Amino acid sequence: MIKSDILIIGAGPTGLFTVFEAGLLKLKCHLIDALPQPGGQCSEIYPKKPIYDIPAYPEILAGDLTDRLMEQIAPFSPGFTLGERAETLEKQEDGSFVVTTDQGTRHSAPVVAIAGGLGSFEPRKPPIDNLAQYEGKGVAYFIKNPEQYRDKHVVIAGGGDSALDWSIFLSDVAASVTLVHRRNEFRGALDSVEKAQELKNQGKIRLITPGEVIGLIGEESLSALQIQVDQEVQTLECQAFIPLFGLAPKLGPIAEWGLEIEKNAIKVDNALDYQTNIPGVYAIGDVNTYPGKLKLILCGFHEATLMCQSAYKRIYPDRRYVMKYTTVGGVEGFDGTKKEAPKAVIKSIE
Amino acid sequence: MAQVITLFITDRDGQTHEITAPTDMNMNLMEVVRAYDLAPEGTIGVCGGMAMCASCQSYITSDHPLPEQNDYERAMLAEAFYVKENSRLGCQVFITPDLEGLRVTLAPES
Ligand SMILES: Cc1cc2nc3c(=O)[nH]c(=O)nc-3n(C[C@H](O)[C@H](O)[C@H](O)COP(=O)(O)OP(=O)(O)OC[C@H]3O[C@@H](n4cnc5c(N)ncnc54)[C@H](O)[C@@H]3O)c2cc1C
Ligand code: FES
Repeated sequence: MIKSDILIIGAGPTGLFTVFEAGLLKLKCHLIDALPQPGGQCSEIYPKKPIYDIPAYPEILAGDLTDRLMEQIAPFSPGFTLGERAETLEKQEDGSFVVTTDQGTRHSAPVVAIAGGLGSFEPRKPPIDNLAQYEGKGVAYFIKNPEQYRDKHVVIAGGGDSALDWSIFLSDVAASVTLVHRRNEFRGALDSVEKAQELKNQGKIRLITPGEVIGLIGEESLSALQIQVDQEVQTLECQAFIPLFGLAPKLGPIAEWGLEIEKNAIKVDNALDYQTNIPGVYAIGDVNTYPGKLKLILCGFHEATLMCQSAYKRIYPDRRYVMKYTTVGGVEGFDGTKKEAPKAVIKSIE
Repeated sequence: MAQVITLFITDRDGQTHEITAPTDMNMNLMEVVRAYDLAPEGTIGVCGGMAMCASCQSYITSDHPLPEQNDYERAMLAEAFYVKENSRLGCQVFITPDLEGLRVTLAPES
């Protein structure tokens, strides 16, 4: 069981900044995210694109914003459960909560902050009738362990970075790699496109364009694919099919936790502290809704700040506390580091 | 006075809505759909309108002259599902006076 003061679901910008505000109040945080890396939309959808409305940053790349947040929260030594999706939320007798992931990792905390953005990122699955039947039996939407494709005949579908990059990577591992796409143009970093071209010229990657996988064949597991090429349907033998069409966010299990949902988002009390209808469970950032809500990073930061003050009062109902400026109080990390404003010199002039 | 045009948008449940949109706000079709809540939040405009997600795919069912697809729109549509001849990315279709009376059907969620 992983214990913390505030369990944060979602390691997007809002979840990350929560660690900082909680840390100032000496509250320890742990974050869960379905993605293998922190940053939420900023790292998954647009890491290389600039943002222009972060106060005091006339321009900052979304990926750099994530890096800066990670640097800012490092002193508060947050814990991370990455690549796992929070599935269930259970209230315990003592009022605390237990959140369990799809891989069975259990977390407990007196306060849960849902910073789940638009939801957890799930693979976009092409609408092929019998695709689901072969999931785990030849069909995968993520590549967790490339070795599993050693000496196999692999087909990858898609036209973006991940389709290109995995085709390139697996060309050294698999018995054969075939890349299927509806066009012969690919959307990716120039390096990747050029490298794929080179491997195609060397016969290490087979390209089928314009082509579209329309059916799967196999008894127990996948043994071949039907691919539409122009007007005809070709059958291609293979043991693995990896459709890589990017990820789309789905609110998913959070919608089943008994929270009040409106417009695919969690209703909160914005007049007070962004608490949901379950006391002790807060929702901050893109995942919440209230009159006038705007899904912006700076709004998520604001909500995280107010929410932490309320969480403190919930955890320590008998303690009186007033907010202290970081300039005045400094930042004292859980890792023993301390940052503080340099003191002015007091010296007499003779 | 800013010009306002009328559009007919059929949502994913098959219901057609007659709505108006200003032509001077640099708005696109995806934003108009969101402004009128014609698709649930989070199911349209996921990439904010950067031709990077295809959640705004729409079928244009009237024969209005539309601006040509750019490379990004073409590339994203090649990765989208349920694509038809008349598919466009709503976020790449900007609301201009010559789209008066445009008829659009939202593509299924994928
Ligand atoms: C292309 C684009 C451009 C943008 N430009 C701007 C801009 O210029 N300015 C601006 O302010 N905002 C911008 N935004 C919006 C901004 O990115 C979001 O407001 C911000 O990312 C919200 O942060 P968040 O932490 O609340 O949620 P997210 O960033 O969405 O992060 C939520 C995280 O929670 C995880 N999660 C959800 N459910 C679960 C679960 N059950 N288990 C485990 N993990 C879960 C998800 O995997 C995700 O990583 C832009 C968005 C996009 C897509
Ligand atoms: S909103 Fe993402 S492609 Fe149009």
